[in-house]
Amino acid sequence: MKENGFIKKAMVIGGGIAGISASIDIGNAGYEVILVERLPSVGGRMLQLSETFPTLDCAQCTLTPKTVETGQHPRIKLLTYSEVESVEGKAGDFTVKVRRKAGYVDWEKCTGCGLCQQKCPSKNPSEFDRGMGMGKAIYTLSPQAVPNKPVINPSHCRYFKEKKCRVCEKICPVGAIDYEQKDRLVEERVGAIVTAVGFDLLPIETFGEYGYGAVPDVIDGLAFERINSASGPTTGEIRRPSDGRIPKEVVFIQCTGSRDPDRYMPYCSRVCCMYTGKHARLYKHKVHDGQAYIFYMDIRSTGKGYEEFIQQGMEEEGILYLRGRVSRIFRDGDKVVVWGADTLTGKKVEISADMVVLATALIPQRDAKELALKLGIPADDDGFFTEVERKLRPVETRVEGIYLAGCVQGPKDIADAVAHANASASKVQALFAQH
Amino acid sequence: MDYLYFPGCTLYTKAKNFDLTARDCSRLLGFELKELKTWTCCGATFPLATDNIMALLPPARILANAREEGTTLTTLCAVCFNVIKRTNRLIQRDGEKRDKINNFMEKNYQGDLRILHYLEILKKEIGFSQLKEKVKKPLSGLKTAAYYGCMLLRPFDEMEFDDKERPILFEEFLEAVGSKAIDFPLKIECCGCFQSIGAPEVATECAYKILGSAIKSGAELLVSTCPMCTFNIDHKQADIKAKHLDFKEVPVLYFTQLLGIAMGLDYQKLGFEQNAVDPLPLLKEKGLV
Repeated sequence: MKENGFIKKAMVIGGGIAGISASIDIGNAGYEVILVERLPSVGGRMLQLSETFPTLDCAQCTLTPKTVETGQHPRIKLLTYSEVESVEGKAGDFTVKVRRKAGYVDWEKCTGCGLCQQKCPSKNPSEFDRGMGMGKAIYTLSPQAVPNKPVINPSHCRYFKEKKCRVCEKICPVGAIDYEQKDRLVEERVGAIVTAVGFDLLPIETFGEYGYGAVPDVIDGLAFERINSASGPTTGEIRRPSDGRIPKEVVFIQCTGSRDPDRYMPYCSRVCCMYTGKHARLYKHKVHDGQAYIFYMDIRSTGKGYEEFIQQGMEEEGILYLRGRVSRIFRDGDKVVVWGADTLTGKKVEISADMVVLATALIPQRDAKELALKLGIPADDDGFFTEVERKLRPVETRVEGIYLAGCVQGPKDIADAVAHANASASKVQALFAQH
Repeated sequence: MDYLYFPGCTLYTKAKNFDLTARDCSRLLGFELKELKTWTCCGATFPLATDNIMALLPPARILANAREEGTTLTTLCAVCFNVIKRTNRLIQRDGEKRDKINNFMEKNYQGDLRILHYLEILKKEIGFSQLKEKVKKPLSGLKTAAYYGCMLLRPFDEMEFDDKERPILFEEFLEAVGSKAIDFPLKIECCGCFQSIGAPEVATECAYKILGSAIKSGAELLVSTCPMCTFNIDHKQADIKAKHLDFKEVPVLYFTQLLGIAMGLDYQKLGFEQNAVDPLPLLKEKGLV
């Protein structure tokens, strides 16, 4: 749609909950939307979560209707497994080059039957399951993937590595496998862009005092989400990665890498207090005789119903909150020894735990700064994209027609990310309505 | 090349074996430790209070005198190394304190000495691969554990010795002399330090944990760079044994003693009489002496 030379079509970059929310809003307002997502399907981080605070409802159950709506929306065009290559132009007329990565499957032909994934003989640690479960070389991110079309990871595929196998090609009933597929560049012209590329976690390999990621059974929060997920590597049973045993003592450490200006990130990651409280409660729901310990600096539970949620965990579920930091984690036999301090009693604490969950800092995506450069918008020292004004213009960027949604601007929980995305979508609508 | 050498007090008394073996080994490796003409106690602790300039004077004076004799200063004791290196760094970077210190000493020292630990000479100046070639009697079959303690490493950004949480320089040395280096989780934990005077039970417990962790990881022998640590983890083993009946003694050597064996020095010249736990039974069993 183009009026007075102004293209009333938006691009949303990033298909997590923020990007999806913005896309649906803009689409529902009557404008065309192109949703670009790096992974093969939409859903983002939320798809990896088991349950969400403060309601403890299933993340997939609340998210799937949204992803399906996105996939079926008449005005939303999905460009998944794609990345933005370059951006030119100005509000009303941006030209965006998008790289459609070769997935080696012809999605026009593919019916999403899933036979290829069943028969693929190559098993590798799944990135989606934080390296714990095994995934196939030809894969979708989840059984409810939108779009439900697989791609081949050439670094895991036997054909690409050893020039043999071709099982998926043989099994595919519609002949959709195409090992010769190449990346394609497509050009889209849009009037506004919403950036919603989300966040990553500071890798646990960063933390020397916690074993540089080399201690088995020291995992990060997203890994715990996968362990607790019915669709995860343990089908939702709380079992530790090293030997599959049910951990009876679990230590959770908040602020791992956050609020630590000398060594790691100076800022508060905003979600860790809540999701750690949630983890400990979910753990107790499944392992009744287990003990959960949480090391914390402060508890920042400022959302609606959040403080009550934490209090319930403390009072009714027997979670032991210890105010203090952990100085060292190391392996001792099949135990993970945690040395910490309880600063309220002034005592040293040593816990011989079975598993440790680190609430690692939220950080921008590794290539977020490159995207900021392509868009011509500023990012702050930590790599989060900068809004025009902290308080009164939280979704606009310095470039007219480019907006921010969700964690790309700074750490947010789901509720805040969705609100931010809704605001972003309304800015797009206002911009389009003005022309 | 020769290096200016600051032995420190302990190496003239309780840790003569450390000093002796270091000098002998350096000769075999082709360099000389040139002892400073005048030196005093280093002060033994780097002052915690930032305005305690008086406590910086002993190390500052050692440095200023050393600069008149040469450009690179080495030391062995981890505590001395810590105090000397940090003082040097401070004089280098803090002009105001540098002036105060120099005025008081009536010297003009700018902090331009290069401070190297003996292990750093082995790594950076000689090179561990060259060292490996010079070794006459590789310590094969011996499982050794490097105990770093605190002073070599902390504070990390001032000492710049190795990785802050998982150093490997010391293990590289242990491998270069042909032994099998065992990694253990408590290798950079505090030995209890001066608590062994005021609250000996605290230090004993620290040592028990460190030694236990090393033994559990498969170490047959621990190697130290610090007379203070050695006092706690070697000389306190009798106390540990009295309290923890299951505890089995494990020898603790200075790294230069271990180097001495590998360089083919006569074991009677390694000063084992100053080691509390006799290493000879183990070394004999391994056919190394």
